[in-house]
Amino acid sequence: MACQGLQSGETLASLKKESDSLKKKLEEERGKLNDIELHQVAEKVEMLGALSIKTKRLLKGHGNKVLCMDWCKDKRRLVSSSQDGKVIVWDAFTLNKLLTSSGDGTCALWDVESGQLLQSFHGHTADVLSLDLAPSETGNTFVSGGSDKKANVWDMRSGQNIQSFESHESDINCVKYYPSGDAFASASDDSTCRFYDLRADREVAVYQKDSVIFGASTVDFSLSGRLLFAGYNDYTINVWDVLKGTRVSVLFGHENRVSRVRVSPDGTALCSASWDNTLRIWA
Amino acid sequence: MTINTLAKGAWHREQMASFRKMEKVIVAMQDPDMGVKMRNQRLLITVIPHAMTGRDIIDWLIQKYNICEEEALHVGAMLVRYGYVYPLKEPRSLVLRPDESPYRFQVSQPPLHPPAIYLAKKNIRKQGELMEYEKERYSVLHKRINHTWDFVVMQAREQLRASKQRRKADRIVLECQEQAYWLINRPPVRPLLLYSVVLDYIETCRRALGRNRVKSSICLEGFVKYSEQYLNHDPIMQGCLPSNPWISDDTAHWTMNAEVVPSPTRLRVERWSFSFMELLNDSMGRREFMTYLEKEFSAENLCFWQACEDVRHGENSRIIEKVEDIYKNFLAPGAARWVNIDSKTMDKTLHGIRHPHRFVMDDAQMHIYFLMKKDSYPRYLKSDLYKNMLAKAVVPQETKKSVFPFMRRQRHASPSPAQAVAPEDGQAKGAGQAGTNSAAGSQA
Repeated sequence: MACQGLQSGETLASLKKESDSLKKKLEEERGKLNDIELHQVAEKVEMLGALSIKTKRLLKGHGNKVLCMDWCKDKRRLVSSSQDGKVIVWDAFTLNKLLTSSGDGTCALWDVESGQLLQSFHGHTADVLSLDLAPSETGNTFVSGGSDKKANVWDMRSGQNIQSFESHESDINCVKYYPSGDAFASASDDSTCRFYDLRADREVAVYQKDSVIFGASTVDFSLSGRLLFAGYNDYTINVWDVLKGTRVSVLFGHENRVSRVRVSPDGTALCSASWDNTLRIWA
Repeated sequence: MTINTLAKGAWHREQMASFRKMEKVIVAMQDPDMGVKMRNQRLLITVIPHAMTGRDIIDWLIQKYNICEEEALHVGAMLVRYGYVYPLKEPRSLVLRPDESPYRFQVSQPPLHPPAIYLAKKNIRKQGELMEYEKERYSVLHKRINHTWDFVVMQAREQLRASKQRRKADRIVLECQEQAYWLINRPPVRPLLLYSVVLDYIETCRRALGRNRVKSSICLEGFVKYSEQYLNHDPIMQGCLPSNPWISDDTAHWTMNAEVVPSPTRLRVERWSFSFMELLNDSMGRREFMTYLEKEFSAENLCFWQACEDVRHGENSRIIEKVEDIYKNFLAPGAARWVNIDSKTMDKTLHGIRHPHRFVMDDAQMHIYFLMKKDSYPRYLKSDLYKNMLAKAVVPQETKKSVFPFMRRQRHASPSPAQAVAPEDGQAKGAGQAGTNSAAGSQA
């Protein structure tokens, strides 16, 4: 889309009006097929008991805040990056394509081998803070979350913004797909996590509690998608029942912000990375 | 929060949301009827009015928000750390003690007042001539801390009066300090809304309006079904056999579920029947499926699919070479392993091959994928090959922790983190364990 300046203040104002009315119409359309809420459907599901999850491993080795981590396909090795400038591979790890988000409001698809920019995605009006690839059969979409409070779903080939959700009240720090690929969860500075259904095209659950005051920075699902683990800026991890919308457990232990949580590929453990320079494995 | 945005002052924006919520807590605490018990606290020889004990604060938090002691201690600690509540004994030690230690509410709210006072002073000095973003921030702050606004203005006037009496050098230093503070914490200036941004948004909206949506009841039922189907495969929910390596320090579970094993576990083989993707995602499953297809003389479909995957996920430099191979082996007339694609897709693909790119095989790959999914896959699941696989699949024995028998938590599968007990709200949570290994939740 070519960038044009203002042609006349009037034109922009009328466009803004049109965009606002379209937005309202879209909300109405989304509401039409909304015949039931998630927690109502979940009423017949058995209640979860208390979870007994404890730290099983404490990984010390970084000299500064641990910002990011992820698991290796072999289910037990992981890599973490830190502000101390080091990437510690607590084992080996390889990737062929790299999808990045950026402070300039775009997402970019790179070819790691050649260092070439393959595709660029525009549409966020502020920093893009997180993204995740869809685990679907067609595997061509990804979701991004940003400082503009929006979560957008993109087609990797066309660069088009397929779906957009704007219900958070503050920056979205993290987005993660539900294991089936039909939905995704988001974590935000507004201290809530939300669940969005891609086929129904709307937000279907909000995970919040009055005693949860600080922003959520990271989320991940358990293997079956029944549990949502979320890391917060008050150093805790809250475990939510995705279907019923209630909180099942709180995990204490970190001594500074939790920057990232990731469930291992075989679902046996949760790893959390923190600004207290450590990583914890919970099981 | 990225480190970049922190530097730009987005920290300020992020903290504002949390401070707003904390204020709500403080306001509730100060409610004359439902708030925390206030009394005169004796501190050595003086009597301090309108104080509360740490114990009272904790109890109030537990009762009001329906949380356990450990969480109430955590929330209370935050209130003290951010200065909303301060200790009368040992004022430098910013902790919340759950005992008779006295605390009071901070009158000047630290996180908000510096910017508010700075703006108020500027407003008074420049008689309303603030910059656009400053005016915005001023009115936002005004709304937010309305109940102490008079205090803010009073403080501003006081500070201005006091500063007039200060030496010029001191005044300059102070002004610099304030400006520096404000510079760091000022909200990032939003760019003017460009034509293109609005047009983009309108187009996205229009497209979204034309979308096919599915009824909620159908979608949501899908999530319930999915979690039920995968429940036994979720170790955090149901435990895993023979045991969770992270808990028992026994890696048998990983050995038994390695990529290639002589006999896979029952759960693993069962999972192949959940969806075609599950079968293909497992290398053993793919191998089994290939064997089946060979018997049916349609193995070229799976080979073709794998070759296309390789193009999609492989290196840029080898795309052309790989696409040529695919054409030679699968698409060219008379090819050794010719795949049956409909003419429309074939034409489109052949046309695209002239200028190969990463996604050039997508349509053809999709076609073959759905062919296998609708036809070969269901028949594979009904075949003897699969049924035999399932029959001889291994069900691991639960490893009993013989060393500490009194710590066994389960009768059936290996230690399961989830138990069927009363809901979170009614439970008595164990008191926070000492040290860093604490987690909420009771044990059987």
